[in-house]
Amino acid sequence: MAERTGDHAVLARGLVKRYGEVTAVAGVDLEVPTGTVLALLGPNGAGKTTTVRMLTTLLVPDEGTVEVAGVDVVADPRAARERIGLSGQYAAVDENLTGFENLDMVGRLYHLGRRRSRERAWELLEQFRLTDAAKRVAKTYSGGMRRRLDLAGALVAQPPVLFLDEPTTGLDPRSRNDMWDLLTGMVADGTTLLLTTQYLEEAERLADDIVVIDHGRIIARGTADELKTDVGGQRVEVVVATDAEVDVAAGVLREVAVGELQVERRARRLTAPVTAGTRVLVDVLRRLEEVGTVPLDAGLRRPTLDDVFLTLTGKPAEEVAGEDDQPASEEASQKASRKASTREEGVRS
Amino acid sequence: MNGLATVVNDSSVIAKRNILKITRIPDLLVGTLISPIMFILLFGYVFGGAIGTPGGGSAADYREFLVPGIFAQTVIFGATVTGAGIADDMQKGIIERFRSLPMTQSAVLVGRTASDVILNVIVIVIMSLTGLVIGWRIRTSFLDALVGFALLLLFAYAVSWVMGLLGLLIRTPEAFNNLTFLTIFPLTFITNAFVPLETFPGPLKVVAQWNPVSTLVQAARERFGNVPPGTELGSWSLQNAELYTLLWILLVLAVFVPLATRQYKRAAAR
Repeated sequence: MAERTGDHAVLARGLVKRYGEVTAVAGVDLEVPTGTVLALLGPNGAGKTTTVRMLTTLLVPDEGTVEVAGVDVVADPRAARERIGLSGQYAAVDENLTGFENLDMVGRLYHLGRRRSRERAWELLEQFRLTDAAKRVAKTYSGGMRRRLDLAGALVAQPPVLFLDEPTTGLDPRSRNDMWDLLTGMVADGTTLLLTTQYLEEAERLADDIVVIDHGRIIARGTADELKTDVGGQRVEVVVATDAEVDVAAGVLREVAVGELQVERRARRLTAPVTAGTRVLVDVLRRLEEVGTVPLDAGLRRPTLDDVFLTLTGKPAEEVAGEDDQPASEEASQKASRKASTREEGVRS
Repeated sequence: MNGLATVVNDSSVIAKRNILKITRIPDLLVGTLISPIMFILLFGYVFGGAIGTPGGGSAADYREFLVPGIFAQTVIFGATVTGAGIADDMQKGIIERFRSLPMTQSAVLVGRTASDVILNVIVIVIMSLTGLVIGWRIRTSFLDALVGFALLLLFAYAVSWVMGLLGLLIRTPEAFNNLTFLTIFPLTFITNAFVPLETFPGPLKVVAQWNPVSTLVQAARERFGNVPPGTELGSWSLQNAELYTLLWILLVLAVFVPLATRQYKRAAAR
């Protein structure tokens, strides 16, 4: 596998960060090939933000190395800062300055010079559709506008590598779509992007590669399609009327499930990961009828982030932290190695 | 850009940002001015008659005695703006943005403390005009008066760095304001700013004599020619008020500039 930094905009090895007893990040390896998008997917407290902060010089790792755009981030943070743009989880705009003043200030702090800073600020305001609001203080901006302004701030120096920590958390669906369009455009122009997100949909829409992280460890990586196939392309969900029928339905579903069957006894709801979609659903309904069970409700749904965790770890997420970076079940670890080989090919080509 | 030019550029960008903020939120300036003007009126016209000056002067004499004391208290409170502003920036993630830029790390504090001196200059001009209205006069030379004002501003500048450190440690503007209120009030009241030192009971009097705010006030009164006749200078600190105050300023800067700078790097890296 290619390890030279020329091929990777971000290359992190064995990142560890501890806070007293708590290990926030427990050995994370990341590589982002230049010009691609990597999504770091995980729930709150998974270690996403801590990882990003180590990658962007804001936090010194306890162990491990980071190279961004060929610069050792720990050894030369200043040189690294010249090559990265960062937009944090909360839009860090100065609400008492106008949109223009915010960007002009950032330009001056990147040492672009007075004239170039001004020019760049106007360019970005136009690109981010903030020209009309340029002379208003940021306090008057909507949430989506603030996010755009914050993102524009990260782009002032046209950095080759961009880090975004949950860029759309808290945005309404329309602003979220706007943001996605902007990011897609930037990547098309050659920017390498690493973003964190809690949303599978966001990762799927933007990322070439997805890394799933929990309890400070990577529990899976691959493309969106690979991950979804691994967690079972779809779910068949069946709700039955009586407790006795739960066991009957479980028997039927176990035959079609490609992973662990999930049984919620109280709700009398069964969920099975499947690959073949509607055909399986028809099959399940037919077999249930054969054994004399008519479900109250039955349907197909897309996997959620919860499903990813359940399927990849095979047990509650807490226990995973004790193991060495590998998915828990035999089946899942086979999938992981299959994915790893897929990735290698992807990088070579 | 070389090292020094970068520090100057970055700090002035930050200072400019803070000054823009003063113009955007007039409340900030008004808030800094309301309480000292209230104090001038309250002490000058309500309590003043009962307090008097060391030499048994009139109410008008007391007001002249009072004004340099109010100046000192005002610029010290003005210096707390530094800490409140930094706590606010920490809370809003702006410090994080600054930290991700290839700028000089000390510039946020250098620029912030510098812009707060400018705020204090504005405040002191307005307070001087208020003083003139109620009968305060400079009875020395123009140069002496300038030295007096410079000393007040320099003292406040040193306090700014202490406040900067506190702001970085406390991180929420509300908690910061509560804390400074509780510390700055005793610091400025157990002094000769409002009442002659003769009136303090024994141990408290010693504290007040060696309190650098007392010596700052004494030094300012000397430079403005506002020391009432018969003022008791019962300690080395008061007899050498200007020198003693300058030593304090240097000591505070020598300790708190490095401490605050270190804390900035750490606090933002948490």
